Amino acid sequence: MESSKDTLLEIQNLTRRYPSPDGDEPLTVFENASFEIKKGEFVCIIGHSGCGKSTILNVLAGLDTATSGAVIMDGQEVNGPSLDRGVVFQNYSLLPWMSALKNVMFGVKARFPKWTRKQVRDHSYKHLKMVGLGEGAELRKPSQLSGGMRQRVSIARAFAIQPKLLLLDEPFGALDALTRGTIQDELIRVWSGSDQTVFMITHDVDEAILLADRILLMSNGPYATVAESVEIDIPRPRKRADIIHHPAYYTIRNHLVEFLTTRSKLIAEQYDSTSDTRNTRPISVRPGLSTEDSKADTDDAPSFTNDLSVETDSPTLNIATGH
Amino acid sequence: MTSTFKAPLLSLILLTVLLGTWELFTPAVKSAENMTEYELLMGGASEEARVPPPSAIFVKAFEEISDPFYDNGPNDKGIGIQIAYSLYRVLTGYLMAALIALPVGFLIGMSSLAYKTLDPFIQVLKPISPLAWMPLALFIIQDSEASAIFVIFICSIWPMLINTAFGVANVRNDWVNVARTHELGNLRTALTVILPAAAPTIITGMRISIGIAWLVIVAAEMLVGGTGIGYYVWNEWNNLDLTSVIFSIMVIGVVGMLLDRFFASVQSAVEYQE
Ligand SMILES: Nc1ncnc2c1ncn2[C@@H]1O[C@H](COP(=O)(O)OP(=O)(O)OP(=O)(O)O)[C@@H](O)[C@H]1O
Ligand SMILES: [Mg+2]
Repeated sequence: MESSKDTLLEIQNLTRRYPSPDGDEPLTVFENASFEIKKGEFVCIIGHSGCGKSTILNVLAGLDTATSGAVIMDGQEVNGPSLDRGVVFQNYSLLPWMSALKNVMFGVKARFPKWTRKQVRDHSYKHLKMVGLGEGAELRKPSQLSGGMRQRVSIARAFAIQPKLLLLDEPFGALDALTRGTIQDELIRVWSGSDQTVFMITHDVDEAILLADRILLMSNGPYATVAESVEIDIPRPRKRADIIHHPAYYTIRNHLVEFLTTRSKLIAEQYDSTSDTRNTRPISVRPGLSTEDSKADTDDAPSFTNDLSVETDSPTLNIATGH
Repeated sequence: MTSTFKAPLLSLILLTVLLGTWELFTPAVKSAENMTEYELLMGGASEEARVPPPSAIFVKAFEEISDPFYDNGPNDKGIGIQIAYSLYRVLTGYLMAALIALPVGFLIGMSSLAYKTLDPFIQVLKPISPLAWMPLALFIIQDSEASAIFVIFICSIWPMLINTAFGVANVRNDWVNVARTHELGNLRTALTVILPAAAPTIITGMRISIGIAWLVIVAAEMLVGGTGIGYYVWNEWNNLDLTSVIFSIMVIGVVGMLLDRFFASVQSAVEYQE
């Protein structure tokens, strides 16, 4: 496996088990998850509810400890939270007794303890402006802001502390579709102007295609795995309105939906926890590369899954042309 | 008329009706010429012991409030001096309780081991009436002043302790995680995240405590005597001066209300909405 200079984060054989309350076999949320994230890359992870996405993200953040395996960032093993890894939670990322500006300043002060108050304030305000807040909105408490504005403040704070890796746990999960769209645009705009690496959990396939360079697909839990890594071969800049007309869009989308509806379950059923021949790295697929073949991956899903178990070294599969 | 004025106006009307009825049904005090010989012999005591009308209390209140700090020896001090003594005892005992309850409450709230260790003690000590400590305090401390302060200490410590522990233990884990991902140390996390997050609950505990302390000081001062508003009430009762008794009851109520108002304003200052 190449672990080149441009790899920011390496996840090696990560396993997380929770001890069962009645002393039975522990609950294995996911086992032997291995993948990496390159510098500047935008990676989304999708999987069914309860498969362990938040658990992985919390381990990456250093808020939770894996049962075994390692997370290595820039050559250093992660063991505890750090300002190098900014986190935006689904809700409650903001401290409700502080104004929006104070919340951002809270992060900036922790990040740059030597700065003067004015520097902290200006830097914070600049980042609030970047997500479209200001003109008085920055002085309001989170409870006086809409859900969308609150998540904007969270994102502004995360960008303002300039972490090496930004971890987003379903940041738009609680928002309505319209608000979500505008904030997605906001996020793309802020992200493209930076070289920020992002790891984001989402439930929304379209959101993932719009935002991500690569989408990781998780099989169902328990014993979940990161089964596939799907490259999004759609050029940037992407626009929400235009992207659906791109020829690769529906091929990729169908591939993702098909995984979530069928294969995520099949992989979980076929999983044999005693066998050690299991593929621990996600196979890399690029459904967007051949878009002419619209029949893509409709009726050969089971055989495709069988192929997975023999691939051991991250091959690049081209779904449409088969093998 | 807007509804903001309705309630105060109704309160005022109600007060007038109550005081008016009270005044009307109180028989006027006979003047000395109209007394029988027997009544004169009794020194008019039976007249004095009658519940006085509101007008007499107003007159008394005016006299006392216009000269609150006079001091004519141990049994005749101005109402201001008596209140000052009581407040001094309440605040001393209360602050000592806060100095212990807040840190210990923090500890209990953050560590389940500390909680489980101390919980049995709290459960047994909390329901003890503070006055039950009085004999023991008098014997051990050998000083009535300090014993009264101790009783205030012991009665105000529990609500503060329990509310602090509860508030700290229930700080949303996500907020603690915000502190952790920003690499805040333990002390800074406690001061900048946990304290403001738990502040409304803590202040509620402090407000309950000051209320109880003010209830207890009156009883404690009746027992230990000497000075204070509790002693004043008891002393005026012994003098059969019911006008002063009623006046001091009103003063106790008003001071208690002011203490409560103070904590209510602190509470609304630290209150936040999720
Ligand atoms: N503290 C815990 N103790 C025991 N089991 C836990 C604990 N936290 C999470 N789990 C289990 O781990 C699994 C994965 O949880 P996780 O929150 O990571 O899921 P998720 O993929 O983020 O789901 P969602 O999409 O609904 O947020 C779940 O089955 C959950 O029951
Ligand atoms: Mg989750």
